[in-house]
Amino acid sequence: MRSRIESLLENYAHTKRDSLIPILQQIQDDLGYLSEEAVVLVGKHLDMPTSQIYGLATFYNQFRFEPKGKYHVQVCHGTACHVLGAQPILALLEKMLKIKDGQTSRDGQFSLQVMSCIGACAQAPAISINGKFYGKLTQERLKDIIDELKQH
Amino acid sequence: MQLNIEVNGKEIQARRDETILTALLRNGIRVPTLCSIKGLSPNGACRICVVEVEGKAGLVPSCSHPVEEGMKIKTHSPRVVKARRTILELLLSNHPDDCLYCERNENCELQDLAVELNIRERRISGKKSKHRLDLSSPGVVRDPAKCILCGRCIRICDEVQGVSTLEFVNRGSKTVVGTAMNRDLNFSSCISCGQCVMVCPTGALHERSNLDDVLDALNNPHQKVVVQYGPSVSVSLAEEFGIKAGKDINGVINAALRKIGFSYIFDTTFGADVAILESAMELKKRIETNQFLPMFSSCCPAWIKYAEQFKPEVLPLISTCKSPQQIMGTIIKSFFAPAEGINPNEIYSVAIMPCVAKKFEAQREEMTQKAISDVDAVITTRELARLIRLYGIDIHSIEPQQPDSPLGMRSSAGKLFGTSGGATEGIFRTLHYYMTGKEMQQPKIADLRSNGAIKEIELKIGNKKLTAILVSGMGNIRPLLDSVAAGEVKAHFIEVMACPGGCVNGGGQPFGSSEKDVKARAKSIYEIDEVETIKVAHKNPMVTDMYERFLEAPGSDLSKKYLHTRYTKRDVLM
Repeated sequence: MRSRIESLLENYAHTKRDSLIPILQQIQDDLGYLSEEAVVLVGKHLDMPTSQIYGLATFYNQFRFEPKGKYHVQVCHGTACHVLGAQPILALLEKMLKIKDGQTSRDGQFSLQVMSCIGACAQAPAISINGKFYGKLTQERLKDIIDELKQH
Repeated sequence: MQLNIEVNGKEIQARRDETILTALLRNGIRVPTLCSIKGLSPNGACRICVVEVEGKAGLVPSCSHPVEEGMKIKTHSPRVVKARRTILELLLSNHPDDCLYCERNENCELQDLAVELNIRERRISGKKSKHRLDLSSPGVVRDPAKCILCGRCIRICDEVQGVSTLEFVNRGSKTVVGTAMNRDLNFSSCISCGQCVMVCPTGALHERSNLDDVLDALNNPHQKVVVQYGPSVSVSLAEEFGIKAGKDINGVINAALRKIGFSYIFDTTFGADVAILESAMELKKRIETNQFLPMFSSCCPAWIKYAEQFKPEVLPLISTCKSPQQIMGTIIKSFFAPAEGINPNEIYSVAIMPCVAKKFEAQREEMTQKAISDVDAVITTRELARLIRLYGIDIHSIEPQQPDSPLGMRSSAGKLFGTSGGATEGIFRTLHYYMTGKEMQQPKIADLRSNGAIKEIELKIGNKKLTAILVSGMGNIRPLLDSVAAGEVKAHFIEVMACPGGCVNGGGQPFGSSEKDVKARAKSIYEIDEVETIKVAHKNPMVTDMYERFLEAPGSDLSKKYLHTRYTKRDVLM
């Protein structure tokens, strides 16, 4: 992992603090999340305290600090989904997966992320699992989808 | 360049590039503030200082808005006062209602502001924050529920101390002041200097109190409670009781501690005298062999932790001599107790310090002999004031007394440890004697007595020219450490004090002190040095006696075993 982050940072050899966000984005694209090690290495690279990197990264919704699960569940909480019942969908997911927003289940199977909008308003309420969209969800259908994934 | 502005109908002069607030304060016009603090960059976080500026649609925060020619400002118009009150009511809306039990009760800027703005009822009720208390650090307690997000702690930690442990984490209503990866303070890069505690306007950051431990020990008939107090405590405590800042109340402290029931009252300055002898001998050897130079001072525990974390390369350069507090602790339990026929296990050793990092130092694993801590509890100057009040002692009417013998005897050189430059001055007086066999003709080294952040001084000892560098305020050291690690610094001695100005401005000192008060404390220490007769540590008869009886001589094998320590690299998130 360390060498992967280090080689990634080589692309940013002569950059300063203003490259922090692109660097973090690329690390997350590559590793799936921002590990403690990554935050430390980026800090050394840019000569920045880790607290400031962590502070910035937590400001943005896009960064996560736990690895994604095998199934990464993104719950849309945009206006349309909210109106059509995103809250009960999220509550059911939290209950079934026993994790909250930003977390990954202990067995590494599922991770949960609340999104501002995933652009599927016509399909509201919608979720996306590993990039696959599931729209017009009901509690029963969601239950079936998750149960099915749990079989795998 | 001068600008003319109008404030509340009156013309005043302002300077270009200054903020409205600075101009107002200079002209004697007071505006309430909360997040603003002298010496730190303005961040305009709290908006309490808003003023009305003619022609501007919204109110502007005076702390961060620059003055403009011809500005017409109203500082207390009905609109401004109403806005300030609403802002404060919103700040209070999710604030815990436990003022009675709060560490900062009667000493809280938020409370004061609520009084000033006449807030007498809770009009707005917000969801209370449910953050847990962070009790992980032996020095500093974090209580995020009481945090109003003014960011003073973040700025002092970053801008003044250069440690940058704290930062705003998360966004919007979920924002908290946290550490990297949300670690607890003890697992962060915090050096426990306590400067964040000094600037926190509420009880969100405060010292980890050890007062209850001390009370338990005092009430335990099987324990002999021994107490020592740091050199700067006697010139700082007075303020807590409304006495003029800087007044030395050494004798009063002795009397109060005796009345409270401490079995032996000692002065940490004795330990500072011993530290001077050990450090001077160590420095002399390093200069003679031209090895491990420059030698860094070792009396400040926050600096030690800083070096262990941020620049372990310089650890071999730090004097191995323990700090005065720990030297006292060792001497009390390992030599004084057996000589008095007391079992060291029965001794409870308390240190009163101007510092919260001393709490951390006392529980370092190196600071034990046969699994017994050298110092059992450390309380701050503020906690001492509470202890004195708790025992109903009237500081104003009590007759001064002497400390106990033998560890109460001191030289004024040791006393100088309380201020930046003092350790160097004390050590060089004795070093002069060690290197030349003669006393300095004029022990006062005026060059060491400026309160600059970083200063280089050349001193002549015999025909040798020595260079000392003083650093106070942790943030000033980083470039210097880089040069030292690269071998570019030719100095002989570098004194480092984590707090700006040294211990007189420590993280355990009274709240609400001004810069002037801190200067008065340092001045008082120098006045003590003027009038006292024993001005060099090696002439403290009790120190000499102790070496004769127990430790042979400074730098002996026994001294090394008991009075010296080691440092280790620390792996924390920096």
